[in-house]
Amino acid sequence: MTAIVAVEGLSKIYKDGFRALQDVSLSIERGEILALLGPNGAGKTTLISTLCGITTPSSGQASVGGHDIVRGYRAARAMIGLVPQEIALEPFEKVINTVRFSRGLFGKGKDEALIERILRQLSLWDKRNNRIRELSGGMKRRVLIAKALCHEPDVLFLDEPTAGVDVELRRDMWEVVRALKESGVTIILTTHYIEEAEAMADRIAVINKGEILLVEDKAALMRRMGRKSLQIDLADPVDAVPDALAGYDLELAQGGHALIYHYDTRAEGTGITRLLQALAREGLSLRDIETRQSSLEEIFVGLVKENAA
Amino acid sequence: MNLHAIWAIYVYEMKRFFRTIMESLLSPVISTTLYFVVFGAAIGSRIEQVEGVSYGAFIVPGLIMLSVMTQAISNASFGIYFPKFIGTIFELLSAPVNFLEIVLGYVGAAATKALMIGVVILITAGIFVDLDIQHPVIMVLFLVLICVSFALFGFIIGIWAENFQQLQLIPLLVITPLVFLGGAFYSISMLPSAWQMVTLFNPVVYLISGFRWAFFGVADVGIGYSFAAVFVFFGLCLTAVWLIFKTGYRIKS
Repeated sequence: MTAIVAVEGLSKIYKDGFRALQDVSLSIERGEILALLGPNGAGKTTLISTLCGITTPSSGQASVGGHDIVRGYRAARAMIGLVPQEIALEPFEKVINTVRFSRGLFGKGKDEALIERILRQLSLWDKRNNRIRELSGGMKRRVLIAKALCHEPDVLFLDEPTAGVDVELRRDMWEVVRALKESGVTIILTTHYIEEAEAMADRIAVINKGEILLVEDKAALMRRMGRKSLQIDLADPVDAVPDALAGYDLELAQGGHALIYHYDTRAEGTGITRLLQALAREGLSLRDIETRQSSLEEIFVGLVKENAA
Repeated sequence: MNLHAIWAIYVYEMKRFFRTIMESLLSPVISTTLYFVVFGAAIGSRIEQVEGVSYGAFIVPGLIMLSVMTQAISNASFGIYFPKFIGTIFELLSAPVNFLEIVLGYVGAAATKALMIGVVILITAGIFVDLDIQHPVIMVLFLVLICVSFALFGFIIGIWAENFQQLQLIPLLVITPLVFLGGAFYSISMLPSAWQMVTLFNPVVYLISGFRWAFFGVADVGIGYSFAAVFVFFGLCLTAVWLIFKTGYRIKS
């Protein structure tokens, strides 16, 4: 795969001295979905705004499709579609006109068939002649996506696309995003919903205080950093963890009806076999066992806490 | 040159105008009629002629200037301020367009609207007085230049303004008084000589004078000065807009 977005040492210092981005370097591969995670004020929107031309970088370089975002801004921006975090739409304009406007603004001639296809894909075709102010919040967000897609971008930035959207619509949006990926669009997604990143992203980038803490394949990240736990349901409850099992990282749960064992998948041995043998030696009979992978959210919180320390 | 973008902005802005076409055109027509009733009939009956022109006809160029200048400013300032206010400016800033293309779209639309209003006022005035335009080509050229220059000026105000009050500030506190004191309803030769000198520092005098010369062949200052004034104003506004986009003043962080 080749990088379609390349960021090298990008920094942004605002006039009041606030460092929103610090020496950010990032390479985004063609056709992937990259989830950019970070707490509020981490620099996610600043990074996107800088790449799209809304904010001027203080130093560093970035290119989209090999075009420098400053020197070759026309070619770079023509490749980008941006769905902003805030719903910013002219309330009195019709849906179809606002989409046509966006296509023209990005230097593309009329293509009503394409606009119809996009509006249908986003379930907006029936609302095409409605004024924006008549739409619900979720529909407005779809209009923003339609506007971003109507000039056929190669790279799509989705800044918190499902913020404030109900669960059903969120799932619909995920389907739209997956379909876009299928069509070859590279997607950079910022989100507060870790579940969203976990469900959709190929790679995860974590940003905090303007610095990229990590960029890694999602599955590899979860394998590498994911601690697993084994829940052992006991046939008969115990009052405390037996002394003979003190050497294991065990905790008592469900009022003594279960033991939870934490282990590291990266370790040479997980210790599960030895633990089960020890349990048998203690005469504890098991009713059930279950393993659980720690979520991306736990990994994310751990990383950000580590960075803050 | 991103011609599609210029056209997209232009059409989008013109649609806003046509959405409220009645309000947009009716208001200047009513104001012009009122000016004719007050100045033309009430006061004009006591002033027979000014520099060989009937008073009713004499005030027509000034009336057109007053509306055209304020409309060009308000349309252009609102056109760029509104996206800033509601946040849609992000799309403009992230699009593959340069400052010239943005200006051509917004200023072109605002100037067109002002021009249309100017023509409507001219037609309305023609109902009340006989108008014999001596230099029609110069008149049209002057009108177009004024529309474009003041639309540019309005564009700057729209970028500078941080609220709706500021949007109204310059047209109400600067432009309207300058037009009234710039010989819209009188010839500056009617003023005491000391005031004539003071009036020459008012740039609007040169604009109204030049426009009136195109109508009647009479002017307070030479037509060359009037053209120079328009071009200097146009150049200053264009430079200011170029600097705004170069520095990102009040539009980019």
